[in-house]
Amino acid sequence: MAIENKDHKDLKPVAPMIEQPHTYETISDAVGSIILSKPQPVGWHIMLGIGMFLASFLGISVAYLFLNGTGAWGLNMPVAWGFAIVNFVWWIGIGHAGTLISAILLLLRQEWRNAINRFAEAMTIFAVACAGMYPLLHLGRPWVAFFILPYPNTMGLWPQFRSPLLWDVFAISTYASVSILFWFLGLIPDFAMLRDRAKNIWVKRIYGAVALGWRGSARHWHRYEMASLLLAGLCTPLVVSVHSIVSFDFAIGIVPGWHTTIFPPYFVAGAIYAGFAMVLTILLPVRSWYNMKSLITDYHIDNMAKVMLATSLIVAYGYICEAFFAFYTNNQYEAFMMANRFNGPYAWSYWALIFCNIIAPQFLWSRKIRSNVWALWWITIVVGIGMWLERYVIIITSLTRDFMPSSWGTYHGTPWDWGIYIGTLGFFVVCMCLFIRLLPLLAVHEVRISQHNMTGHDHH
Amino acid sequence: MHEDNQEDKLYGIVAEFDDPDALVAASQSAYDKGYRVMEGYSPFPIHGIDDALGIPETKLPRLTLAAGLTGACTGFALQCFASMQHYPYDIGGRPYFSWPAFIPVTFELNILFAAFTTGIGMLLLNGLPLPYHPIMNAKNFDRATSDRFFLCIEKTDPLYDEGNTREFLENLDHKPLDVTEVVEP
Repeated sequence: MAIENKDHKDLKPVAPMIEQPHTYETISDAVGSIILSKPQPVGWHIMLGIGMFLASFLGISVAYLFLNGTGAWGLNMPVAWGFAIVNFVWWIGIGHAGTLISAILLLLRQEWRNAINRFAEAMTIFAVACAGMYPLLHLGRPWVAFFILPYPNTMGLWPQFRSPLLWDVFAISTYASVSILFWFLGLIPDFAMLRDRAKNIWVKRIYGAVALGWRGSARHWHRYEMASLLLAGLCTPLVVSVHSIVSFDFAIGIVPGWHTTIFPPYFVAGAIYAGFAMVLTILLPVRSWYNMKSLITDYHIDNMAKVMLATSLIVAYGYICEAFFAFYTNNQYEAFMMANRFNGPYAWSYWALIFCNIIAPQFLWSRKIRSNVWALWWITIVVGIGMWLERYVIIITSLTRDFMPSSWGTYHGTPWDWGIYIGTLGFFVVCMCLFIRLLPLLAVHEVRISQHNMTGHDHH
Repeated sequence: MHEDNQEDKLYGIVAEFDDPDALVAASQSAYDKGYRVMEGYSPFPIHGIDDALGIPETKLPRLTLAAGLTGACTGFALQCFASMQHYPYDIGGRPYFSWPAFIPVTFELNILFAAFTTGIGMLLLNGLPLPYHPIMNAKNFDRATSDRFFLCIEKTDPLYDEGNTREFLENLDHKPLDVTEVVEP
């Protein structure tokens, strides 16, 4: 986007969007050299090693699951949805920050997004890949997963189009494929830059092939910018619809604590909250390992921390509404659900959730805390745990205590549940490491627009 | 190949700048002078170059709209056909035509069709993928994706004249770093 330079007279950022001196050339170099010449920093090797170690849990746990069936998990009859759906919703939510940064902030002309959108979009794609594993593994017979797609078949059957689970299939697959498309289109001009900077002939050929022959022609940029704008316009309602549909998995059901209209907005806000936390969790160390502080400045970090604070307040409003509606409806099941969350066997998870998601982020009101990378990093970890607990509370407290006391039960994840969860964390970390190594970490052509807006006009 | 070695194919004449505003100004001057078959090359989209070069508005948004409507109709029709015609399933006498429940899938297919048409349509309208283009022979063109800005007046332009065009480019207000001919080997 050729965003025009606006004077923010009333707004004093904590740092400039790009620390000068930078030129178009040094920006290319800062990003291109990570891939083309520099050896990777020690931090990258450690992160990759930890990621691969954790990802091996995924392989082992999935192999065990396929050999033994979903009985390996802690599922039982009142709680037929356990860790699989908790983790599915958690991962999908984390992915949403990428789309928010790449699409919604583009439409809102938030130029600071230029430095972080590539990173956040990569996170979206890997997070959606992690999320997508859970429903497939939960099927028990993942090799017939295609039954959920509408295709002409000899059984004469169709999927149930009135089910939120089927809506999920369409929402997640559309979201994943459109996110990959948007990401790839954004990468094309940067692939061309790598093609033109690469010295090794094979590196040149590989980046040249994926750059599709991009040559930066003005007519091409014209259509390219229109396409980016249109895709941003399409992704904005898409991302809202995806997490709304995920919340329908619960809200369309009649289980106490699920059947509520606050779910779609509060799920979407929670998704953005968790996603920004995850962006910061990974971006803070990566920025320091790669000396990117001049391009991903304290201004970006400060803004992301503020978005986290704002979404934490929206989520807090959601929790208050849940409690209020439970008592105001005068429905004994809803009232019991809330009392059970406060004092029941899983009360520890509810109060931990309140601490992680509502109390801990209040420190972000302080500019000192927002600019202290260690404090901020720990808060993002706490928020990540809190958002996981949110889904745990919704699913486990409601399912273990539904309408009939005779069907009450308990639920605990088995080591195999934890193995898969830890394994997807490792898979995600490995994917992020490969992304940093192979693809441009920043959307270089967009950062150049910011550079042009900051310095270009008073050139000559 | 060897027989046309002495007479390499001329593609056009190119001026190189190190500043995007200079490229826009040069494009505007060339347009005012009457040149039409020309193209600017830059490492990032530049505000105002579309008007300077006289680039017409793209028809991409209309394609997106058409694809979005097609996707929505496809999604809705698919669900109606499956749930009312081909596999009607009576659940406690509820209506087969339960259109509110069909909205999520309709919406998702609307987005899916529109997004892929936008992305693939943009590439095809741009004539990509295209691994080779004559402009890639221009001097220093590997910096067109990093920090250099080029204006190429092509040989096929009716006003193109080797001497005059070169002189025009060399005497622009923003002096180009270099003016060279683009020759296909």
